[in-house]
Amino acid sequence: MTAQGRVPIVYAAAAVLVLGAMSVGLQLLRDAKYPAAPNEEETLYLTQRATSRIVFTHRSLAADLYWIRAIQYFGSRAQHARAAGLSTLPPAALSDSPISFDLLYPLLDIVTTLDPRFNIAYRFGGIFLSEPYPHGPGRPDDAIALLQKGLAASPSKWEYWEDIGFVYYWSKHDFIKAAEAFNRGADIPGAPWWLRSLAGTTLAKGGDRTASRLLWNQLRETANNEYARNAATMKLQQLDAIEIIERIQKVVDTLGERRGVPVTSWNDLISARVMPGVPLDPANVPYELQSPSRVTLSRNSPLFPLPFEPAARTDQ
Amino acid sequence: MRTLGWIAINGFRESVRDKVMYSLVVFAILLIGASYMLGQLTAGQDLKIMKDLGLSSISIFGLFMAVFIGVSLVSKEVERRSIYGLLAKPVRRHEVVLGKFGGLALTLTVNIAVMTVALYAVLAYVSWGENEFARQAREAPALDPAMLKAVVLILVQLLIVTATALFFSTFSTPILSAGLTVGTFIAGYFSQDLRNFDQVVNSKAAQVLARVISYVLPNLAPFDVTSQVVHGLPVTAGYMATTIGYGVVYIGILLVLAATAFSRRDFK
Repeated sequence: MTAQGRVPIVYAAAAVLVLGAMSVGLQLLRDAKYPAAPNEEETLYLTQRATSRIVFTHRSLAADLYWIRAIQYFGSRAQHARAAGLSTLPPAALSDSPISFDLLYPLLDIVTTLDPRFNIAYRFGGIFLSEPYPHGPGRPDDAIALLQKGLAASPSKWEYWEDIGFVYYWSKHDFIKAAEAFNRGADIPGAPWWLRSLAGTTLAKGGDRTASRLLWNQLRETANNEYARNAATMKLQQLDAIEIIERIQKVVDTLGERRGVPVTSWNDLISARVMPGVPLDPANVPYELQSPSRVTLSRNSPLFPLPFEPAARTDQ
Repeated sequence: MRTLGWIAINGFRESVRDKVMYSLVVFAILLIGASYMLGQLTAGQDLKIMKDLGLSSISIFGLFMAVFIGVSLVSKEVERRSIYGLLAKPVRRHEVVLGKFGGLALTLTVNIAVMTVALYAVLAYVSWGENEFARQAREAPALDPAMLKAVVLILVQLLIVTATALFFSTFSTPILSAGLTVGTFIAGYFSQDLRNFDQVVNSKAAQVLARVISYVLPNLAPFDVTSQVVHGLPVTAGYMATTIGYGVVYIGILLVLAATAFSRRDFK
């Protein structure tokens, strides 16, 4: 081709730019006029044998892909649930909620079927399947089933017994079964010494806040992933928040009794010089003072809702 | 023996000149490199996923090379009519088959070595500067030498596939040979299931037949130890020796069959 026959580079660049802009514009126009249907959440749930056949030799890799899908699904669900304030919905409405965690267990089940030694999937499921809404689906039975599956594949994993005990303790408030699980874990060679004492503490002081704190601390120490560590840190912060609320509530009640008028705002406490400023929760969100003189955690706090303490539950 | 070596080296040179081979290796290396990005989405499972993806890439791309180059080794010579020139020399037909296999085995070994180095390089980059806590939390070290066991078994498995492709190509067309090789590869992964046929059917004859077929087909599933290696579980020397031994014997059978078929083939 002669030099005269060549397309000048400037024209080519301009044409590409114009056509590129048109392509983006057309897509924006189409999406605005014909919005894409929302993605329907679904998962391919097959038997162990069928799954093995389909993924052929690369079972471990397929497990990884399902694992990525599981944590993305969980992360986006939890984020949406919190953002939409669905924690305020009554439990009956939650099952019909557009933001559910229905696929979390099937996804983790597939991951662990494809790779029965996928340690983190069992431990992740143990914590998050039992977490109440909006932090999880609130399915402690599924969490225990998944951990039992892990024990069938790796009977020497004392960590799974620790997690089972944890689910019994925290979600099901069954301290006898929790202690039993901790003891089963302690029986495994190589298990740490504190697992036995954890069983003793659970039996002696089940539902006690100190025991809860001990449990979450142990979980944070032994967690081998950031998700579990963050969850444990959040629970410890929630326990701190409960303790702070109790302390502030005492101050509020005392001032109210002294004045003979209920305290209705933080300004009352600040002007009475019993408090230096608006108190903040461990996530640095101001506490709320609701009528009649009740100190509560803000709904905007990432720590909301506070856990229903085991002690309170057993007392009822 | 010298003749065999020359044919093997020429076969290796011919494969190295093939641009498809380079694209496969480059694509595999890119995929191994991309596993670093994928690892960021995995809540602390980055190294496991990189190892899984790396070893799977080696296996998948190695399979492409073994099948597509394996089936074309003999057919290319026939198509180009260079086989006449080759056979006119003091070369026996079985030496051609063995030499071709040797050339492709060398090609596969070099390519798998390159992909393995790429995998270790990515793992070294990711684990560089990792703190002690993170290191202890891992089931297996980042640069675990045990991964080489998985790589060696993948190589032997691919050599079985290569020998299968070569065997089919001695008497069939390239497309049919590729189909038959892939079919044998798939069947080879499930041949173990045929031994458990007694759990599915009652017929004694069918059970015996299934068992016989399971021993005739290559048993490829034992060559996959990725899961054990990635989870830091032991793969014993005895297991390696028996599995590699089985692979070598099976390759021997296929090469004998290929040499026999090739020596009886009429090139008129």
